[in-house]
Amino acid sequence: MLLKPQIKDIRIVSYYLGKIIIGLSLCLTLPLVLALSNQEINPAYDLALSFLVGLIIGLILISVFKTDEDLNWMQGMSLVGLSWLVAMFLGAIPLFLSGHWKSYLDACFDAMSGFATTGLALVQDLDHLSVSCNFWRHLMMFIGGQGIVIVALSFFVKGFSGAFKMYVGEARDERILPNVIHTSRFIWLVSITYLILGTTALGAVGMLNGMKPFNAFFHGACVFMAAFDTGGFSPQSQNILYYHSLLYEVVTVVIMILGAINFKLHYHIWMGNRKEIFKNIETITFFITIMIAFFITAIGLSQAGIYPKAVVLFRKGFYQLISGHTGTGYQTIYAAQFKNEWSHLAMFGIICAMALGGAVCSTTGAIKMLRIGIFFKALLEDIKRIISPEISMVTQKFHHIKEIFLEDKQVRSALLITLLYLLLYILGAIVGMVLGNPFLNSLFESTSAAANVGLSCGITNVNMPTLLKLTYIFQMWAGRLEFMSIFVLMGFFVAAFKGK
Amino acid sequence: MIEKSKIKNLRQRWIRLRRKKLKQSISTNLYKSPLISILKFIEIHFAKFIEICCLWFVILIFTFYILHLNCYAQPISSSELINNAKQYDGKEVVYEGEVIGDMMVRAEFAWINVSDGRSAIGIWIDKDLLKDILYTGSYKSKGDWVSITGIFHRACSAHGGDLDIHATSLARIKSGELKQERIISTKHNLLIVLLGALCLILILRRLIIR
Repeated sequence: MLLKPQIKDIRIVSYYLGKIIIGLSLCLTLPLVLALSNQEINPAYDLALSFLVGLIIGLILISVFKTDEDLNWMQGMSLVGLSWLVAMFLGAIPLFLSGHWKSYLDACFDAMSGFATTGLALVQDLDHLSVSCNFWRHLMMFIGGQGIVIVALSFFVKGFSGAFKMYVGEARDERILPNVIHTSRFIWLVSITYLILGTTALGAVGMLNGMKPFNAFFHGACVFMAAFDTGGFSPQSQNILYYHSLLYEVVTVVIMILGAINFKLHYHIWMGNRKEIFKNIETITFFITIMIAFFITAIGLSQAGIYPKAVVLFRKGFYQLISGHTGTGYQTIYAAQFKNEWSHLAMFGIICAMALGGAVCSTTGAIKMLRIGIFFKALLEDIKRIISPEISMVTQKFHHIKEIFLEDKQVRSALLITLLYLLLYILGAIVGMVLGNPFLNSLFESTSAAANVGLSCGITNVNMPTLLKLTYIFQMWAGRLEFMSIFVLMGFFVAAFKGK
Repeated sequence: MIEKSKIKNLRQRWIRLRRKKLKQSISTNLYKSPLISILKFIEIHFAKFIEICCLWFVILIFTFYILHLNCYAQPISSSELINNAKQYDGKEVVYEGEVIGDMMVRAEFAWINVSDGRSAIGIWIDKDLLKDILYTGSYKSKGDWVSITGIFHRACSAHGGDLDIHATSLARIKSGELKQERIISTKHNLLIVLLGALCLILILRRLIIR
């Protein structure tokens, strides 16, 4: 029996939603300062307007629905699902006002793509976009990569038990430190440290490549934010191809891999436990799947015969593969080259890599390595059970920070999420095909959207049908939050109408 | 039936006439060689046809020559190059567009990115050819519009498989300029209204808390 949500539920959700909106609005002050210092007047107005809209809505919500009560599971999960939608609408305002997006829907598409760290974009004339607006695009990825709620948890919430429910709702089911707020602060510490290091490295490479100092470091910061948070936006329309630099590609590959690693693993490496990298089930699975996917892609590319030299084939194939596998979406080829020049097998290799994703509790989307590792361990356990004598007790362990005995509960949970991801990939592919796109291209783009990758074979463009835009927005949203918060939010609305 | 027989008669008469002419021409011919006689015959009877054929042939050859010379002399769009990269691979092309972003000098050469409004393509160019470029496209400026002639590569082996153009010449077609930013009054007014609303909310909050 469905229970109708009470006024109390709506009040609590609205109050915390107000806090999250205020948090997001305050984030808009960073590009606003940049706009003012860079004398970009119209973008400064756009950002100021968006900041004020967010602040006013947030203040109204926390004033009208003021409460001291804590969140329960249903409220926490619904709040997360809802706050990502609200973030999309708020984040899209400065984009739309800039005039570089054809419609508010297109701006919403890019805002969701940014927050969900996808990287698919509908922006027009990106090469003439203001520095501050470009910064906001990348900052959305940085905020979304850490988790919108984590932003609020870290800076605007002093401590409450409901924090964990919101934390889980954002597809992070692992606590690095006993306290969730400390965990989110640690995630920020890691990200900010790498931000400084990564920006310096990319800025230096940019200057070596002949870029002007301001541009080199601005691009460095933007590219770092999008690469570490496995987003895929870039300051120029050519993506990473703009830089024409092997060194730039190498640095971005390192950053993408760092972003795809579990924050818990980062913590242990920081604490001096470096052996964990070689023992962890996620890193081992990640390494194996990269090898297999690259093998498939390389065969496909050699079939296509586009890259005559092995070194060139490796450079192009491996970069797109790592970009797809880590869920970043950086490209060193044009979108049309995927469908026109890459063979079906090569595209299939990239689709597999995109569908698998990086580590849990990282900034990547998709099925994720821990689940793939658990499947193999479960398969191994079953084979062992079959070949062992009937009376023997068969157990299976895996190493993830510590030795863990494999339980049916873990396998079931992993299988359920994997199944939902596969359904989501297929859903987008079907919609793509219904709207007249070929099967492989539709599957490629759909997987890219649902797994929050951002590689494109050209389907994503400003002229694509509205239905497809809406489908991809839904896929990005559902894929980033790993379904549960969205199902709970849907349940919340269904219960509001049909509950007793 | 009657019409058919008429046509048959006419055809037979025409053949007879032709044979007669041929006999006359060969008999009147001063040359005794049969080959020359045949040639003479062809000359007499098919002269006009040969003339027309020759004329067509010359026109055809000339057209092909002109087309070959100017095949890619017309500017080709970025989407045409990217979508049909195999067709243009290794060929000399002319590409026009706005210079955007940074001019990245690498020793004696440089990378520039040129956008024709649809996509941007990387141009590998001698740095001395960049002296004419004054503006590059960004938020604050409109870049110089240039015409690039060079060899197109769909997967350049020298540059890690990038799709690029190795420029042999660059011509500035239109100079860029600094953009003047105009404040949109609607945004200004809306900002004042929202600031007023924010002040009101803050005052109300204070009053409620008290």
